[in-house]
Amino acid sequence: MELLLVSLLNGLVYGMLLFMLASGLTLIFSMMGVLNFAHASIYMLGAYFAYDVSRHIGFWPALVVAPVLCGGLGALIEMYGLRRVHRNGHIAELLFTFGLAFIIEKAVQMIWGLLPVPYRVPAALDHTLFHVYGTNFPAYRGFMLLVSALMFLAIWLMLTRTRMGLVIQAALTHPEMVGALGHNVPRVFTTVFAGGCALAGLAGVIGGNYLVTEPSMAFTMGPIVFVVVVFGGLGSLAGCFIASLIMGFVQTFAVVLEYSLADALAAIGIKVSDATALGEVLTIPLPRIGALLPFVMLILILLFRPRGLMGTRDT
Amino acid sequence: MIRFKWTAFAFALAASLLGAAGDALAQGTIKIAYTDPLSGPFAQVGDQNLQQFKYIIDWINGRGGALGKKFELVAFDNKSQPSDALLALKSATDQNIPIIMQCSGSNIAAALIEAVDKHNERNPDNRIIYVNCGAVATELTNEKCSYWHYRMDAHVGMKAETMVRALPKDVTKVYLLNQDYLFGQSVERDVKAFLAKLRPDVKVVGDELIPLGKVKDFSPYVTKIKASGAQALLTGNWGPDMTLLIKAGMDAGLDIRYYTMYAHLGGGATAIGPAGNGKVRSVMAFHENIAVETGKTDTEGWTKQFRTQHKFDFYAAGFRTIFEFLQAAINKAGSTDPTKIAAALEGLTITDMLGYQVTLRKDDHQILSEYFVGVFTKGVKYDSEGTGLGWKTEVTVPAKDLDQPNTCKMKRPS
Repeated sequence: MELLLVSLLNGLVYGMLLFMLASGLTLIFSMMGVLNFAHASIYMLGAYFAYDVSRHIGFWPALVVAPVLCGGLGALIEMYGLRRVHRNGHIAELLFTFGLAFIIEKAVQMIWGLLPVPYRVPAALDHTLFHVYGTNFPAYRGFMLLVSALMFLAIWLMLTRTRMGLVIQAALTHPEMVGALGHNVPRVFTTVFAGGCALAGLAGVIGGNYLVTEPSMAFTMGPIVFVVVVFGGLGSLAGCFIASLIMGFVQTFAVVLEYSLADALAAIGIKVSDATALGEVLTIPLPRIGALLPFVMLILILLFRPRGLMGTRDT
Repeated sequence: MIRFKWTAFAFALAASLLGAAGDALAQGTIKIAYTDPLSGPFAQVGDQNLQQFKYIIDWINGRGGALGKKFELVAFDNKSQPSDALLALKSATDQNIPIIMQCSGSNIAAALIEAVDKHNERNPDNRIIYVNCGAVATELTNEKCSYWHYRMDAHVGMKAETMVRALPKDVTKVYLLNQDYLFGQSVERDVKAFLAKLRPDVKVVGDELIPLGKVKDFSPYVTKIKASGAQALLTGNWGPDMTLLIKAGMDAGLDIRYYTMYAHLGGGATAIGPAGNGKVRSVMAFHENIAVETGKTDTEGWTKQFRTQHKFDFYAAGFRTIFEFLQAAINKAGSTDPTKIAAALEGLTITDMLGYQVTLRKDDHQILSEYFVGVFTKGVKYDSEGTGLGWKTEVTVPAKDLDQPNTCKMKRPS
């Protein structure tokens, strides 16, 4: 019971962090068809900006300043980079963002060095919120949940209640038609890209001191975020939310559940030992392959339901 | 016409550069190839090694190098991939470099040992020696041993024995967590073996293997460790796998003793933080306060100069020992020919910078040196990474106590 409750909380926190990252990418991918490889790099930049700002001014201003900086950077990338590359097609845009990811990583290494930087949780949140069967639940994790929930609420309200939001929603599923109706689609694109980058920056501010802030954090976080986006489905923010939570729980519970395929087979009466054919593969306990499960799920969803859980558009 | 001129100029420049790189020894420097991850998740490990090597080489060149020639380091990024390390080896042998060094990744080391053996057998006039500065899976000087491989760091068996010896009497339940590859599996096996041999009263309540460099969030593992009731966590994790694990444990308020092999390397002190005062121990060859504790003021001054120039503390005393060995062996052999250096290296004994006698065993080319267990605590002269806390020696294990038996059947060149 204790294990279940603590793992639920851990999975929830990790899932919400993934959602903060993936929501921006879903919006960008759904609307512009651009698989933004640099999205996780913007997340990393958000963490580094927050580290610098919190060193000079404080953490709370950093919570606002870093996402704004990332959003501004996103707008610049879109206006002067993607818009020019757009006419060469999707592959060119993909390669552009791929190259951008490497450039950002090298730039971060040059500016802040290769060591992880001591970006720490602010003192005001560095205590225990409550105890769960003896394990501390840090107040900072509660803060993370709060910020991601507020963010989800804010995006949902903006998309459904404002005019810009309605245009964005329409462009998510029918971008050509929106353009034909006379809306300034390039401006919508820039806004969405900048907004997505700002969200990634916010995720960086929150996640950078939860995990370690170092130059390789983009390439370690990036693949999982793509899995979430594809799994959740294009054009659907709710799908993205559900997929993030599923991924968070899968990765968390995979660690604590010490079962293997051999156990599943034993439940239906087939005995597997190390000596049987494929025995070594079947007796691998779940925790050892936990980090691979999201990718297995990615392959499965692409095979059986390519549009993702709640996708409204084909990939 | 201008285009043609530029092309010709470029070709001439390239040709002259290639010619210069042709024979590594013609210019009067002894080139040493070095390959480690200089990018990717383990980049900081490779980069910090590089900075320490540069400092050591400047110092040893200032003392005349070897045979009047200076040492020169040629670095290759292997991105933590055995395939890239083999490319580095090819580059090194193409340039007739006599020695290649590698420290991070026993899987890479195993690939290098095999490749170096094959190369040396097929190219007896262009041999290369592999100096292993940190890949410590026990198998590399046992089942996989090779005449051309010299291991300059205590192997997992020695570190595991040191770790088990340091466990206090009141700890009876331990949790093992390691990286799922050759090295981590070696740690798992050897720690269990030494626990059974030296501390049969200790029960292993948990035993975990995690994918290498992939886990970002260790809180589920911390939950499991807590649920097992372990009093000590024994881990060989290095790089981000080490820093994230310790960070997650500290954040969750896990009341446990940490016994590590690499918490003293870069990033560890930052991850432990002030909250970890007295909780984390590491098995190490050196920390900056040992010189203070034993009164070796010249060594203390030497490492102090390093830390004022860099943002991290000097931990690689073993690297200086490597160059002191190379200097002694090359001078003894009177040549930079790898075959002669190899013959001079094995069985050699020198005095290291802490004043201890260090030997390169002849039968398996494994270094035998003293080893320490340090605890991360307040109140030491040199703190780590600006945290205010530093390493203090808790246990010293003399070299003769670590002279473990080996199963190496070395094939010597005729």
